Amino acid sequence: MLNIEDLHVEVDGKEILHGLDLRVPPGEVHAMMGPNGSGKSTLAYTLAGREGYAVTRGRVLFQGQDLTAMKPEERAQEGVFLAFQYPVEIPGVSNANFLKSAVNAVRRHRGQPELDAIEFLKLARQRLKLLNMDEASLSRPVNVGFSGGEKKRNEIFQMWMLDPRLAILDETDSGLDIDALKIVAEGVNALRGPGRATLLITHYQRLLDYVVPDKVHVLAAGRIIKSGDKELALELEAKGYADLVKAAAT
Amino acid sequence: MTATQQTIESLRSLQGDYKYGFITDIESDFAPKGLNEDTVRFISAKKEEPQWLLDWRLKAFSIWQQTQEREPTWARVTYPKIDYQEIYYYAAPKRSKQPGSLDEVDPELLRTYEKLGIPLGERAALAGIAVDAVFDSISVATTFQGRLKELGIIFCPISEAVREHPELVRRYLGSVVPYSDNFFATLNSAVFSDGSFVYVPPGVHCPMELSTYFRINAKNSGQFERTLIIADKGSYVSYLEGCTAPMRDENQLHAAVVELVALEDAEIRYATVQNWYPGDKNGKGGIYNFVTKRGACRGARSRISWTQVETGSAITWKYPSVILQGDESVGKFHSVAVTNNWQQADTGTKMIHIGRNTRSTIISKGISAGHGQNTYRGLVRIQARAEGARNYSQCDSLLIGSQCGGHTVPYIEVKNRTARVEHEATTSKISDDQLFYCRQRGMSTEEAVTTIVNGFCREVLQNLPMEFAVEAQKLLGVSLEGSVG
Repeated sequence: MLNIEDLHVEVDGKEILHGLDLRVPPGEVHAMMGPNGSGKSTLAYTLAGREGYAVTRGRVLFQGQDLTAMKPEERAQEGVFLAFQYPVEIPGVSNANFLKSAVNAVRRHRGQPELDAIEFLKLARQRLKLLNMDEASLSRPVNVGFSGGEKKRNEIFQMWMLDPRLAILDETDSGLDIDALKIVAEGVNALRGPGRATLLITHYQRLLDYVVPDKVHVLAAGRIIKSGDKELALELEAKGYADLVKAAAT
Repeated sequence: MTATQQTIESLRSLQGDYKYGFITDIESDFAPKGLNEDTVRFISAKKEEPQWLLDWRLKAFSIWQQTQEREPTWARVTYPKIDYQEIYYYAAPKRSKQPGSLDEVDPELLRTYEKLGIPLGERAALAGIAVDAVFDSISVATTFQGRLKELGIIFCPISEAVREHPELVRRYLGSVVPYSDNFFATLNSAVFSDGSFVYVPPGVHCPMELSTYFRINAKNSGQFERTLIIADKGSYVSYLEGCTAPMRDENQLHAAVVELVALEDAEIRYATVQNWYPGDKNGKGGIYNFVTKRGACRGARSRISWTQVETGSAITWKYPSVILQGDESVGKFHSVAVTNNWQQADTGTKMIHIGRNTRSTIISKGISAGHGQNTYRGLVRIQARAEGARNYSQCDSLLIGSQCGGHTVPYIEVKNRTARVEHEATTSKISDDQLFYCRQRGMSTEEAVTTIVNGFCREVLQNLPMEFAVEAQKLLGVSLEGSVG
């Protein structure tokens, strides 16, 4: 599904990722862990195509296509979804309108008929219920006045509506209380399946209690320094990153 | 289909460049080029007007002549000096006589309105909307007169009202915007050619949207329409105005006057979607839209609201205002003004509080892109007698790119200590975060800009009749095409 080879990325002329290799096959959930400043969010933005994140070497293949040659919206239409660490507020635009435009942009690209307002609302209500979210959130402006937990749940809701092939969650678990965390985890688990790959970017093991990853990677100073199974996350939780980072540096 | 939908349906396929830029090939009757007393007499004679109206026009003309060098210069707009002798003040499609019914209207004209998506025939009946269509200097068709007549509502070209309802026209014409009001209004008073007239009798709730569609076609011609709407005691009327013009390299002048009169307990809602040709990407051509619009809340508890979406014109100079004379009367101004490329807009409102417990609300959203310059200019005046008057103003500017400008010039004059006046203003830019967020969800840059801009304008757009609001949203998107990245 996602194939990253020797990826070098510069931001403002400074190299942040120094040769990253990663393969996420369809159906798998991979966790990307690492200390602050290791390049986790840079990886997420690079995959989503944010301006200012320049790929200077290496390549990124998504379903066999060169992802770096595509505009952000083309990536999204092809099925790349990024749950933002800091979801953006768009005043005056209702969640429903925003998502309907997004869903229909993706559907057009996939050659599916666009949803009309009634079909869209039906689908949205059903999904909201599963996420234990209030229907009123549809008429609220996108992320405006949402609490931290609401914003994160809203990201998961959008993810469900857009039905991505590759879901990248950038610290979606941070700042969540345990109930919200469980809901987010359920949201991720429900989307697990053979046609989809998930990359969970997180600081903490906590989320992985609820979403059991197929693989765990440790990112430090712009490289993956260790990969393993879910036990690796537990180990990190107990020992911290310091030893690993030191070992990798020597 | 619901009320205004049909009117709007074909306005719909708004894509890419200015869509209404075509020219109708039709033989026109012109007044000789230029402006002098004979021009005024010519127009008045063409309209078979009574002596009192000719005299009124001539008085206006004489004032205009004396003040010719005093074109207003206080607005934040620049343009080369207008040569008023190079303009045709009257251009009308040639025809033998006033059409008695739609069947008698020149088919070429009907096709023009068809192209513009304005239903004048059978389709209008289905759409449930009454339309008056003004082509250059004359009104070509007014639909639905019959049904409105049963309710006692008069909706007709103003030239017809002069003949059929002289007492109403004489009583109210110039009673809100006197012929001496300002340079452009004075010019209009001297040479106005056509426009719409509406009278709603006491207690009548007008059951359909009334609509006028203005079209400038003839080259080097100006359009000087005059609209007069009177809502008698306890009545209600909602009115929509739409405008387009062909693409021409020369600038064309549009100096209209609109007067609204609301008597006791009456309500008038006036909405404009102005999409005159804005000029090309380099600022060549486009309409000079120098318009005076004013409403008088004469009676107690009367209400007037102006809603405007201004996306067209090279220059917009207009301040739809409300004089709040009646106690507890209410004035509203909701505005979206877009300037892209080299467009300039200086627009806003005046709320003049005279009666007790009068209230006014001003919501202005200015959007600038390209080299566009957008100014909100407004006056809130609380007169000494206006006990308990209240005003709330909110002026927001949104900038797209770094070459454009947004300016806010609010004047507040308060002469009564019980008044409450609030003013809020913000200036913001479309952020990269917002754009990226939308695009990450699959929207193109254009779609993202449209979405964000529509959110910014929501409070104004929701004041439009729903089908109109949908069109306005799309129009905003089209007007801003190419403004980002």
